[in-house]
Amino acid sequence: MKFPHLRRSVVLGTVGAISMMGLAACGSDAPPETDPDAVASDAQAQCEELYEASQDVPESGNETFVFAAASDPAMLNPFFASDGETFRVARQIFEGLVDTKPCSADPAPGLATEWTGTDDGLSYTFQLEEGVKFHDGTDFNADAVCSNFEYWYNQPKGPAQSEDVTYYWISLFKGFAGGDTESVYDSCEASSDTEVTINLTQPFAGFVPAMSLPAFSMQSPTALEKYGKVADGEDPTTTEYALKRPTGTGPYQFDSWNRGKEVRLTAFEDYRGEPARSTTMVIPTIADPGAKREALINGEIDGFDLVAPADIAALEEANMQIVNRPAFNILYLGMNQKTEPLDDPLVRQAIAHAIDKQAVVDQTLPPGSEVANQFVPPIINGYSEDVTEYEYDPEKAKELLAEAGAEDLTLEFNYPVDISRPYMPSPEDTFNLIRTQLEEVGITIKPVADQWTPDYLEKIQGTSGHGIHLLGWTGDYNDTDNFLGVFFGRESNEWGFDNPDIFDAIAEARQLPTPEEQKPVYEDINETVMEFLPGVPIAHPVPSFAFDPAIEGFYPSPVSGESFASVVVTE
Amino acid sequence: MLRFVVRRLGLMVPTLFGLSVLLFFWVRVLPGDPCRSLLGQRATPEGIARCNEVYGFDKPILEQYVTYVGALMRGDFGSSIDLHEPVLDAFLNKLPATIEVSAVALLFAIVLGVPLGYYAGRHQGGWWDTTIVSGSLLGVTIPVFFLAILLKYLFARQLGLLPTQGRQDARLDVEHPTNFYVLDGIITGNFDAFWDASLHLILPGLALGTIPLAIIVRITRASVSEVVHEDYVRTAEAKGLTSGTINRRHVLRNALLPVVTTIGLQLGLLLSGAVLTETVFNIDGVGQYLYAAIGVRDYPVLQGFILFIALMYSVINLLVDLSYGLIDPRVRAS
Amino acid sequence: MTMPATTITAEGQSPESMAGETLWRGAFKRLRRNPMAIIGASIMAVFVLVAVFAPLLAPYEPASTQWTELSTYNYVQGSSAEHPLGIDRWGSDMLTQLIYGARQSLVIGVVSTLIGLVAGAALGVLAGGLGGRVDTVVMRFVDILLSIPSLLLAISIAAAMGTTGFALMIAIGAAQIPIFARLLRASMLSQSRSDYVLAAGALGLKRKTIVMGHVLPNSLGPTLVQATLNLATAIIEVAALSYLGLGNDEAAVAEWGRMIVSGQDRFEIAPWLAFYPGIAIAITALGFTLLGEAMREVLDPKQRR
Repeated sequence: MKFPHLRRSVVLGTVGAISMMGLAACGSDAPPETDPDAVASDAQAQCEELYEASQDVPESGNETFVFAAASDPAMLNPFFASDGETFRVARQIFEGLVDTKPCSADPAPGLATEWTGTDDGLSYTFQLEEGVKFHDGTDFNADAVCSNFEYWYNQPKGPAQSEDVTYYWISLFKGFAGGDTESVYDSCEASSDTEVTINLTQPFAGFVPAMSLPAFSMQSPTALEKYGKVADGEDPTTTEYALKRPTGTGPYQFDSWNRGKEVRLTAFEDYRGEPARSTTMVIPTIADPGAKREALINGEIDGFDLVAPADIAALEEANMQIVNRPAFNILYLGMNQKTEPLDDPLVRQAIAHAIDKQAVVDQTLPPGSEVANQFVPPIINGYSEDVTEYEYDPEKAKELLAEAGAEDLTLEFNYPVDISRPYMPSPEDTFNLIRTQLEEVGITIKPVADQWTPDYLEKIQGTSGHGIHLLGWTGDYNDTDNFLGVFFGRESNEWGFDNPDIFDAIAEARQLPTPEEQKPVYEDINETVMEFLPGVPIAHPVPSFAFDPAIEGFYPSPVSGESFASVVVTE
Repeated sequence: MLRFVVRRLGLMVPTLFGLSVLLFFWVRVLPGDPCRSLLGQRATPEGIARCNEVYGFDKPILEQYVTYVGALMRGDFGSSIDLHEPVLDAFLNKLPATIEVSAVALLFAIVLGVPLGYYAGRHQGGWWDTTIVSGSLLGVTIPVFFLAILLKYLFARQLGLLPTQGRQDARLDVEHPTNFYVLDGIITGNFDAFWDASLHLILPGLALGTIPLAIIVRITRASVSEVVHEDYVRTAEAKGLTSGTINRRHVLRNALLPVVTTIGLQLGLLLSGAVLTETVFNIDGVGQYLYAAIGVRDYPVLQGFILFIALMYSVINLLVDLSYGLIDPRVRAS
Repeated sequence: MTMPATTITAEGQSPESMAGETLWRGAFKRLRRNPMAIIGASIMAVFVLVAVFAPLLAPYEPASTQWTELSTYNYVQGSSAEHPLGIDRWGSDMLTQLIYGARQSLVIGVVSTLIGLVAGAALGVLAGGLGGRVDTVVMRFVDILLSIPSLLLAISIAAAMGTTGFALMIAIGAAQIPIFARLLRASMLSQSRSDYVLAAGALGLKRKTIVMGHVLPNSLGPTLVQATLNLATAIIEVAALSYLGLGNDEAAVAEWGRMIVSGQDRFEIAPWLAFYPGIAIAITALGFTLLGEAMREVLDPKQRR
């Protein structure tokens, strides 16, 4: 027998508005809409429900809201970060020109109220909100925007230009001032206090949604100048600014950071929108997932995310609320075509037919997760309704294996242990189930388990001898290239195939000026990829949050852009 | 005496130097490299190459070694690659947490261990003796993290008495002038902070303390059972002194000598036990930091922290040897 | 440092231990009357029997992971007629896993202790037997190893060697080397000054003969005690390394530490997953420790009255 799901119907609410409320006036260059055909998932519906409820929440609550993080932020200047924990803190302190719509990955007005792009895709003009101030009293205006772009573009040589520090700039804008690689960024013009134009050297359709990334948050030019200067060769992540003085326009301002222990934020009184509901937000670091569960049940914290599926039962039994973030990710079974006979399409198809994805979702992933049939999530631009499907059919799998002459197939199956990723909450469980399914069609599995870092990633991405493996990806912002380009943009150790058709198509799609033009191209690419079948997309698992019953006003964001300003600790 | 200290300190130098050499090459033998760990799934071959160049990991290993030793000579232990903070600062920052937990563990072990060991020693061979010895040994043989699971389940989940993790309630906004949280509570006159920090130390202290507890029980027991058969105790008995007086004046005082040195020795062991305990109870001490550094192959942290731990360990052992000499004149004479 | 700080000094080796056979016989006699020894030996006997006859005792094949409808992310089947101790997360029989886990513990414990013993003894004998510069060099090296707490040393080595059973044995074994090296050296030194060795030297026996024929056999007692205690340490350290993610990752191998780790996040819905292996480790290690302690007591002349 199974335990019934004792899921509480969660009614959270948010007071307010935060940045995207009441800003119906959208940019004239309409961003791509969430695909209306895509079936709204449970998590999506829950998110929208929570967002609705968030309008209408008790005024007062406890002063302090405590949300546990899995690790400390790397530092506090989001431009030098690419990890979720740094971004979580940054999302409270900073705002970007562009925000995302509630429960969606689509761009919405942020510090810019609207924007237009030229047809050639080389120039974008933003209208800025008026009267906004940074936490240090500096005015936010067109000059401040240009200062930020120039700050990004003119990073000193050395660590600041290394991919472990400025990952997002390098991967999206390619180069720095005076560097070997030409930058996508060209120049910034402030035509008035509230109008600013960014010129690019080449079309970049993902430019507007990219501006919603926390890495490109608007930071106070005064504070950066005063506390954040570094010379060539110096580490930009250890400046006073990056350690003690992050200054943005967000609902919370920085109070203190006790390394290894916690970050404390306090509400910013002059915030342009509804001020933060809790006057203090504390983000303590608790690395162990089990410890977070215990701390929540014991009342030591008010919430945490990336709840392991195995913890959900215990949390629900203790009356905790479980909230799912709509999935903006993909979990897949990768196949390395350098390893024979995985280069044989018949073998790859056989493996695809052997896997019962629904069972994987039901038994090893959090409730609300969806089966996947391609390498991008449904809400992204270019998701195709017409990809080749490989339904669960063990008999067909056996036939295909026989046809390929691979009846005695033995495969090395790599999977990571002791790790929980948003798209792969419990890899050992998922591995064991898929392994059982593959063995049922006569494939002999040689399990190879490794620690996530550095062993597993090193093996999958750095060497070419592996067989099949589990991996996935969470999207950073609404850009299809952020999925397809990452996986299949070039020949890689992970997939081990050389398919110029796919590589070229992806490179061309990247160059198209607008998301509208990209849509059909990406749909084609998704179809081509699924016919080629480099791996088997398994599911879009929903990452879960857990909260104390007293928490109201929270709603999740698919791109992990949760603001906690709307949260109230009732009682 | 002074010559002994100087000689021991002199011996420490080559040992630590040898260790630093071993460490330098060992961390580089570890599979995986810091740049790949840092970049994680986002790693591209170019990104890794650029990162290696920035940190100098692309240079020949001997050249890296010369740079490393040069910096060491200037007292520069480098900075964490992952967390971008100077290794020495990080160590000094994390040490108070580790010392605090170790101190509580030791206190628990002494308060419980000495009386138990004494009782067992006076009744050696009996069933009480066997029970005490086996019971205390069970403390050693239960894996620390398993014990932690049980303790947390009992005291936090079932009884709701104690916090499960961390060093201080996140809802308390308090100053930490020394980073010894219990002490900070006293210094700042914040009783809540002091009490809260103390509560946070109980479970980790208990879990970490089981091992020294067993050792202290054993040593006390052995020492007591030895002393009770000494002539002076028999003489005292013959003189008709009450057993209370005998126990106090003769047995306890003499039996405690080896116990004291054992306690000193435990300090070093507690340091390494902290790796597990801190991880289990989410205490941001030396152990947790070091463990995280292994995961991302943070070379400077691995080199620096293990070296510092070895240094502390050696100094503690030296102090223990010295105190042994002070307590027992026979040792000093030889 | 799951280590009960059990470096034994050779102090106990007074010349009277020369009585050789009588010593052992006497020790054995006292051992049989010692309740700690009886309990320890019984636990050890059961453990070894279970480990050796695992295939006969276990009701199922080990790690016959069959993901069944019975287990999901938040439900694991408990005790039933077919599975008296329930099943684990992936559908394997708990009892079977525990029985095969004993085997794994025994193998890792014995092999790693042997590694530590052989390498440590070699170093110790080298240093103590040859003396002079060799002694200095060897003991400096041992000092370096000793300057790192033993679990930390094991962690370091395990991290370098990867997560296989073999690496685990090397890591735990290597961490024991300095203990054995010191023990053997001290024991050799104390005895080489003893009358009988001096006498043998006076008789013109070669140093090698003296070492092999007289000194080594007389170091056997403390070494045996230390080895027994280290077996317990090894069993606990395997679990500790597994907990830190440095254990044997091979899913096909049932290992107690790994069982606790994979069971702990289901502790609230299926406590037995972590509880049984945890208790198994504790009791087994206790058995070895009790026996070791009892042996130490009876072999130590100071304890004899």
